[in-house]
Amino acid sequence: MDVMDITAITPDQVIIWQWRFVSINATILYTWLVMVLLVLGSWLVTRRLSSGPRLSRWQNLLEVVVTAMRDQIREVSHQQADGYLPFVGTLFLFIAVANLLSIVPGYYPPTGSLSTTAALAICVFLAVPLYGIAHQGLGGYLRNYIRPTIFMLPFNLIGELSRTLALAVRLFGNVMSSAKIVAILLAITPLFFPILMHALGLLTGLIQAYIFAILALVYIASATRAHHDPEGATPEQQPVADKPTPELHERGDR
Amino acid sequence: MESLVLIGMVSIIIGGLTIAIGSIGPALGEGRAVAQALSSIAQQPDAAGTITRTLFVGLAMIESTAIYCFVVTMILLFANPFWNYFAARAGG
Repeated sequence: MDVMDITAITPDQVIIWQWRFVSINATILYTWLVMVLLVLGSWLVTRRLSSGPRLSRWQNLLEVVVTAMRDQIREVSHQQADGYLPFVGTLFLFIAVANLLSIVPGYYPPTGSLSTTAALAICVFLAVPLYGIAHQGLGGYLRNYIRPTIFMLPFNLIGELSRTLALAVRLFGNVMSSAKIVAILLAITPLFFPILMHALGLLTGLIQAYIFAILALVYIASATRAHHDPEGATPEQQPVADKPTPELHERGDR
Repeated sequence: MESLVLIGMVSIIIGGLTIAIGSIGPALGEGRAVAQALSSIAQQPDAAGTITRTLFVGLAMIESTAIYCFVVTMILLFANPFWNYFAARAGG
């Protein structure tokens, strides 16, 4: 928060280094910082992996994270996690680390800039047709757009664009708002209140990372799965499909 | 100068109104969603994981409308393009 004054709402405006027309702003700097941290950390941990009973502490951490992500992906998409883990997991890790690092003084989360979040949302926007075509072929994927009738085509297209916009603005708004609230509270009621809001901001940041990844996964999974929904996928979907029924039944009893 | 005063005044008033009115709907919606999810969890503790995950995703969807209002307010207050334009014209 120290790097930005209170009226700046995006770290893009903070120019750190400039040479002619090449300038490096805070967003780029912190994005690269997060990327270096992630890559170096993973490289250091995975350099000496062991499959024996004695795990190093960091390998244990990474295994927990990766296993949790795989489980979530399998539960949400009802498909094997292998194809989605690289993309969705990367999104989650990047956003989570970018948000959680905001406890470090002088750091401003790069996800609090609309440029970063728009870039991430565009990645999702491009990944959806890529995964869809890879799974069902070009024709199968394009047929999704006219799925109920041909009249739904414009609405499907608008939905595709508006959810991308929503992804970008949601992440940007949440991260920016928690950072801004801390900055504003620091100006009016220093010391105690900002810390509380900062803790809330950490929680929000982690939840937003989770939500961004889950939404990306839901969009991708809907593009890859829509084709099989009516006839296929019944054996795997059965346990999930009958879960709501007892609840409905129970509520009917009341 | 006159237009600057007008733009500043209107921006502040509309900024306040935007966030005030814009947070009513999402607040009501989130309250309903959480209440419903809590009663569902109370009835079916086994499905708590699924309900919680869906709840979080749904809350984020609901909350994003409030976030849009917040972003608009922030733009009006801190990065107002009309203010910048007229301030530049008045200055130079």
